[in-house]
Amino acid sequence: MRINQHPILCFEQKAQCPFTFNGQSVYGYEGDTIASALHALGIKKLSESSRLHRPRGFYCAIGNCSSCNMIVNGVPNVKTCITLLKPGMIVVSQTNKGEIHD
Amino acid sequence: MINRDLVIIGGGPAGLCAAKMAAEAGQKVLIIDRNPRLGGQLIKQTHMFFGSEEQYAKTRGFNIAQKLIDDLGAFPDLVEIIVNATVVGLYSDRVLSVLQDDRYFKIQAKVIIVATGASEKVLAFENNDLPGIYGAGAVQTLMNVYGVRPGHKVVMVGSGNIGLIVSYQLMQAGVTVSAIIEAAPKIGGYKVHASKIRRLGVDIVTSCTIKRAEGKDSVEKIVTVKLNDQWEEIPESEKVYEVDAVCIAVGLTPLINLLAMVGVNLKYIGELGGLVPVVDENRETSLTNIFVCGDASGIEEASSAIVEGGIAGLAASEHLGKTHPRHQELLTAYHQQLETLRNGPFGEKIRAGIKKLGGNVHAL
Amino acid sequence: MLYKDGIPTQEQIKSCFPEETILLRPKAIVECYEEIPCNPCSTSCPFSAITIGENINNRPKVDFSLCTGCGICVFSCPGLAISVAQIIGDQVRFKISYEMLPLPASGEIWTAVNRGGEIIGQAKIEKVTLGKAQDKTALVQVLTDKKHLYDFITIRSRI
Repeated sequence: MRINQHPILCFEQKAQCPFTFNGQSVYGYEGDTIASALHALGIKKLSESSRLHRPRGFYCAIGNCSSCNMIVNGVPNVKTCITLLKPGMIVVSQTNKGEIHD
Repeated sequence: MINRDLVIIGGGPAGLCAAKMAAEAGQKVLIIDRNPRLGGQLIKQTHMFFGSEEQYAKTRGFNIAQKLIDDLGAFPDLVEIIVNATVVGLYSDRVLSVLQDDRYFKIQAKVIIVATGASEKVLAFENNDLPGIYGAGAVQTLMNVYGVRPGHKVVMVGSGNIGLIVSYQLMQAGVTVSAIIEAAPKIGGYKVHASKIRRLGVDIVTSCTIKRAEGKDSVEKIVTVKLNDQWEEIPESEKVYEVDAVCIAVGLTPLINLLAMVGVNLKYIGELGGLVPVVDENRETSLTNIFVCGDASGIEEASSAIVEGGIAGLAASEHLGKTHPRHQELLTAYHQQLETLRNGPFGEKIRAGIKKLGGNVHAL
Repeated sequence: MLYKDGIPTQEQIKSCFPEETILLRPKAIVECYEEIPCNPCSTSCPFSAITIGENINNRPKVDFSLCTGCGICVFSCPGLAISVAQIIGDQVRFKISYEMLPLPASGEIWTAVNRGGEIIGQAKIEKVTLGKAQDKTALVQVLTDKKHLYDFITIRSRI
């Protein structure tokens, strides 16, 4: 799903960025957001709606709609479309309204 | 609590131009943006912009963003930038609350310019919440900022400028656009954009809307239906498209959350995209020293955002006692530019909206 | 119909062309049918051959006596609505804007396409220029049959 050649833009090869998604070891690249890294891997379903458990992905991709919320490093309701990917991040699908643990 | 004289919320074209004018006037300014970088929606615009030279016509959007950012580089002692920070609260005593990662802090400002831009509208249809159904702007972000294709086969819903432009950009990225469907009987955007996409073999189907999406964990197909001239569905006119992504380009609405919170006078003006703040000709709202510019004050083009940002920057710095050496000359030129941009047939809707809005900030 | 499917009528297309005798020299064909706020074609022309005026919503007007067919307006138009045409015997040479990959190369034969996206014949690629000033909009010079004068608009893929 990654674009290698583009008539207008230049996408440079960047450093790999390993992380886990629902326990699975995957990787993205430096400069990715969590949502874009997952999308590049073909993962469109990010979480589930809290009541009816319908599949959820992103919608606006710029931090307005909160459709892309996931649990990142234990913190729920993270807007993955505007959160930059960092190595070692633990990314988990959110299926409820979010619980805060002390 | 930190203190700043002038805070600009949003570092897109409007916010950047406001900052530039303020800095040129000798005014210190802080720009806060929630994204990892400045430039707003310009950073994903790969097409050449319209307008005139003053609004960077012929320049690609992402290059305009870079130019506006570089211009601020001439004022290292006056311009302060905070990114990855979301302004989560705006209070009538001009306090802003900001969330940056795990840090929550407050800023006491004297003057605030709200340049928060707009949000994509959603379309109601069965299963519109399936992953793979994205705003057209979202698809632009995915492709042009992060270099990821949204899918292999896409249908675009909406034929305004965004729908037409993003369809072209999808084709440039190697994605097949099966069709652009438009509920109205005619194409909404500039015909040059429509012609550009037609010659690539992409169908534009008017009087047609999306009825339903289907798929298990993400969209796999959509069903469209034709509309008669009463906008009613024509029976037996369904058509199925097999797609793995759908782009919804049905318009934008101003992001006025902070303005609603602080309590400026807002009015619902459909022609401007929804709820908009009432502003005077210097872009000041009903609350003294709170200004608005760009799409947050009414949906238009980047060219207008650039000009409105300039006006707000000039007015805000004057309020703080720093008047730009060419203050009146620039203000006059900016107002003339806005009039010219809004002069043609495509400006009719904006002109009607602005007239309805009126400039009396205290009128209810 | 332009407003329904983005395709101008034959009459609209022909209104942008000068007399065929004038096309013995290369001339800019500006297919800008709407009043939109835009004027880079006019400001980019080194020969002042395109006029828009103070009100940038005005449709551009080409003075064919000044136009040299240099092609600068072709890659300056944000709407990619301009091409250059020149009749050469029983063929016509076009200079078109091109922003897709792969880029054509000189000597190749590509499919010729009309405004509706339909393949109408072939075009021979003569020259492809992509200088820095063009900012990623390539200028492709092609030769195709003169019968396509009012139909040809772009190329699609290599044959």
